[in-house]
Amino acid sequence: MRPRSLVPLIYILFLLLPIYWLVAMSFKTTNEILGGFSLFPQKWTLANYRAIFTDPTWYWGYINSILYVSINTLISLAAALPAAYAFSRYRFLGDKHLFFWLLTNRMAPAAVFALPFFQLYSAVGLFDTHLAVALAHCLFNIPLAVWILEGFMSGVPKELDETAYVDGYSFPRFFATIFLPTIKAGVGVAAFFCFMFSWVELLLAKTLTAVEAKPIAATMTRTASSAGYELGLLAAAGVLTIIPGAIVIYFVRNYIAKGFALGRV
Amino acid sequence: MKTENQRAWFFVLPVLVLVAFNALVPLMTVVNYSVQETFGNNQFFWAGLRWFEEILRSERFHAALGRQLLFTVTILIIEIPLGVAIALAMPRRGFWVPVCLVLMALPLLIPWNVVGAMWNIFTLPDIGLLGWTLNNVLGIDYNMTQSPVAAWITVIVMDVWHWTSLVVLLAYAGLISIPEAYYQAAKIDGASNWSVFRYIQLPKMKRVLTIAILLRFMDSFNIYTEPFTLTGGGPGNSTTLLSIDLVKIALGQFDLGPAAAMSLIYFAITLAVSWLFYTLMTRDEP
Repeated sequence: MRPRSLVPLIYILFLLLPIYWLVAMSFKTTNEILGGFSLFPQKWTLANYRAIFTDPTWYWGYINSILYVSINTLISLAAALPAAYAFSRYRFLGDKHLFFWLLTNRMAPAAVFALPFFQLYSAVGLFDTHLAVALAHCLFNIPLAVWILEGFMSGVPKELDETAYVDGYSFPRFFATIFLPTIKAGVGVAAFFCFMFSWVELLLAKTLTAVEAKPIAATMTRTASSAGYELGLLAAAGVLTIIPGAIVIYFVRNYIAKGFALGRV
Repeated sequence: MKTENQRAWFFVLPVLVLVAFNALVPLMTVVNYSVQETFGNNQFFWAGLRWFEEILRSERFHAALGRQLLFTVTILIIEIPLGVAIALAMPRRGFWVPVCLVLMALPLLIPWNVVGAMWNIFTLPDIGLLGWTLNNVLGIDYNMTQSPVAAWITVIVMDVWHWTSLVVLLAYAGLISIPEAYYQAAKIDGASNWSVFRYIQLPKMKRVLTIAILLRFMDSFNIYTEPFTLTGGGPGNSTTLLSIDLVKIALGQFDLGPAAAMSLIYFAITLAVSWLFYTLMTRDEP
């Protein structure tokens, strides 16, 4: 082994240490956790996980999160696909300004928007629904999706479009049967980033929900403060929030790096 | 070559409507609050620019802004070179590439408050792996809830842990787009490792690094959930960054006017720095 490959190795070890500790905690009993320091669980227990899977307030948190993240990803992609196509193929009045304005929406601190968002979504009667969170997350996910997709679409030569029209394809048919399959890697990358940023965001998701659509991460905060400090339960819930992300990342591993490289600022 | 077509606006319309709904309405609400005074009961009075003057003069704001700048500059100085160094050392092809990428991307996909909670558990002085090791094995007196210095270092290390991977992924994406022929040419010319880095790799990475620095600047400047879950802004006010202070004013004390004025000043700073940096970095491009 060359000394150079030690660098990523040490870095990955550093990344995994806190995660290991979370996983180890989640398999310990409360007594063992409070009893003192132990590197490995002395007595393995699944009680923490069992508690989560049998309590509806816990597992509904997961279902809620997955629901609004999926809705958000669908809306973001559906809106971003035609827009990205327009940016990559046509010049139109104000196109460059519009593109930069879209990107500026990533810069607004979420903390700034929390209260107005609450008022806005209460006013339109969407408060505490999955749709509210999904729509709110569009604020930063749509610009990102447009940016990534535009990069991929610009890589497809325009001759493809023209040939299809000469062959008598209508625009919707061309877009669905020829163009989309060509850029499916880009769609995958965009979907991944939408999923990721919607999944990890909590401030807006927490502000816009109360009971019905409460995300799992918010359920964790409540438990940490009200039901005493049940570290084992908290750790198990934390471990379970890592799993969906890990699965998604495994499927798009070959495209992640490419996604940003092909996008343009 | 792109063709001129105004009908393209119809394609952009859904995006425009969705983003405008989410961006403009709340922004106007904030602007509205920032020039008014309220005593509850939904009664509002015109306050003009008073809140802006008050915020710009307030020592509390200066202190929070100072901490925020210190935080952002520190993590940029650590994360960008570190990310580039790791990307340079990564294998270019083979079995280990996807393994490295998946493991490195893992922190990016953890909900932000779980990151905070995880680091809290990790650094507890009596039962946390890091806290216990520092106190009992290395003999360093470490307690994040009492020492501001320890709290600062922990928040910084947590951010490095959380976000360096993004820089690695971006830098790596830039590196693998360099054709092999460039390296062969450099080898024939007898270029040193440093010159290869300085004249081939760095210029090729310039664009992705611009994206990386911009994203890291914007996100670290707006950071809220992770440090709040980890330290709650303490001990004292030592890790109360701008967003944490803002939420304290807006939701804790319900001072909507000053909070709104502060939000706008905050947003303006982020926008100005990002725009300046973006313009400087892309100045040479056509």
